Amino acid sequence: MHHRFRWLPSTAAVAVAATAWPVPAAVEAQPSSGAAQGSESYAVPRTADGHPDLQGFWTNQTYTPLERPEGVDKAFYTVEEVAAIESGRASREAELTVPGTIPDVHYDFTQFGLDRSQSPFARNLRTSLIVDPPDGRLPPVNAEGRRRAAAVAAERERVGRWDSAEANQLDDRCIIMRGAGPPMMNAGYNANYQIVQNRDYVMILVEMIHDARIIPLDGRPAPSERARQWMGMSRGRWEGDTLVVETTNINGKNPFNGSSDRMRVTERFTRVADDTIVYRFTVEDPLTWDRPWTAEMPMKETIGPLFEHACHEGNYGLYNTLVGARLEEQRAAEAAAREESQR
Amino acid sequence: MKARPRRRHRLFALTVAATLAGAAFALAPGVAGAQETAYTAPRTADGTPDLNGIWQALNNAHWNVEPHSADFSPVRELGALGAVPGGLGVVEGGTIPYTPEALAQRDENFANRLERDPAIKCYLPGTPRATYMPYPFQIIQSRSHIMIIHEFAGAVRTIYMEDQMESPADTWMGWSNGRWEGETLVVETSGFYGQTWLDRAGNHHSTALRVVERFTPRSPETLDYHVTLEDPNVYTRPWSMRMPLYRRVEPNAELMEFRCVEFVEDLIYGHLRKKVDQ
Repeated sequence: MHHRFRWLPSTAAVAVAATAWPVPAAVEAQPSSGAAQGSESYAVPRTADGHPDLQGFWTNQTYTPLERPEGVDKAFYTVEEVAAIESGRASREAELTVPGTIPDVHYDFTQFGLDRSQSPFARNLRTSLIVDPPDGRLPPVNAEGRRRAAAVAAERERVGRWDSAEANQLDDRCIIMRGAGPPMMNAGYNANYQIVQNRDYVMILVEMIHDARIIPLDGRPAPSERARQWMGMSRGRWEGDTLVVETTNINGKNPFNGSSDRMRVTERFTRVADDTIVYRFTVEDPLTWDRPWTAEMPMKETIGPLFEHACHEGNYGLYNTLVGARLEEQRAAEAAAREESQR
Repeated sequence: MKARPRRRHRLFALTVAATLAGAAFALAPGVAGAQETAYTAPRTADGTPDLNGIWQALNNAHWNVEPHSADFSPVRELGALGAVPGGLGVVEGGTIPYTPEALAQRDENFANRLERDPAIKCYLPGTPRATYMPYPFQIIQSRSHIMIIHEFAGAVRTIYMEDQMESPADTWMGWSNGRWEGETLVVETSGFYGQTWLDRAGNHHSTALRVVERFTPRSPETLDYHVTLEDPNVYTRPWSMRMPLYRRVEPNAELMEFRCVEFVEDLIYGHLRKKVDQ
């Protein structure tokens, strides 16, 4: 089932395949000038309906962090700098598979081609995905956001991760991936998407947990705010050659960097080359941040098909960790009882 | 008083005619609905019949695809809400042609359905079961791929109209290749993992299942759905089901998220919950 990666050549060749993200000097000077900074002469392919054709298989796998690292004070790396960062991360990923380490027991990512260095990834010269605020960092969390974060932390303190299935993390429970979106952040692996579109709908299939985002384009009104969902409810429209998707009605149970159920995400998809869609999103959430913030990343063409990610159906991991936790408690209780009887 | 016998006679004649017409319909071997209705669907911009929309079956096949009587709820507490409504069945000929061993397995499945029905655990329901579960599904059609997205468990089927291949791995929903035959979308699906059922009554199949579905528009708001199942491990011959699928016509119809995993965690993992001293 991993033949998507089997015929990918060496890391060096993949780096070439993940073509350098074109960054004209003008854009470097004005990093938040909008999504359409691809070659202006690019003639986007169109569907029979006349809209830009976004269909195909895409990945937003990246080494670029959401926030600009401490000590970096520029918006873009040079190609040489970013290549050095990528190869450093790639060798660190390989180190994680050293026999005897916990990651090696979990999965050998390099064996299955799930590490970023072997799969196609979207090279990005940006030092952070966040383009606004201009310092590449999330805005400060406001008082309401801090209050909520403290409540979450207290609950985590009170309940152990292995106490029950419900106490575990959403992704380990196969309910939803942290970055399923919106906004669609890069999953640790399998950050693959398929877009299918027609006149009235755009469908974005997220490979992880087979999450299909169905985005109506027919101008229907916003839904009642009482109907809330993990991935919210989306409404799309074309603005020129850019697909704009607005999402509200998020249930807030899968917070994105501490977001609330009042989060509103506006995503913009612009195809700027045959192998590249610029994906840009703005997050507004007055219960968490006092100002909106915006991030941008390339989605690069990758090789289909997407496979059925039957996560819950094969979730032996959750079952086994709970069994293990109860076994450890039982052993501890038995040891305590022995100690008691020897006293 | 004189008119009564004559009217009864006429009613009888009508009933016979209707029964014969119904029998002819039921016996037509795998004939697509379009041939009875001669309906021509609107076209997409690509020129293919437009099947886009939110669809749903309206029958009791999800309880049991074979003819069945109304029956008690398998969960006492659910009372009338969990009781099984009767159904005339959707299997052509009425009975699934099981081998004797497979029939015994079905009956054992039925007896243990609360423990064994994979859909109770929010597992991907498989094909064709997902089509006639009491949840809507949406068809999103493009030239190269036709997506069928089910509300139940967010199950997704990708129908490859291009780049077709045999299933590269066994899956819950199967691997689907499609083609157009006139007004009809014909979908061949195989590569099954073999753990899914056909309904809540324990009707089943193996990994060898091959499914051929025919979706034919029969009016602006209905599709004719005909499906043939072939599985030499379980059935003595291929057999078919047929039913209409109805468009959800409300203007705000939208597939909702039914991410059911969290609703079954206590059922699946509850016995592994940490015991807290009272």
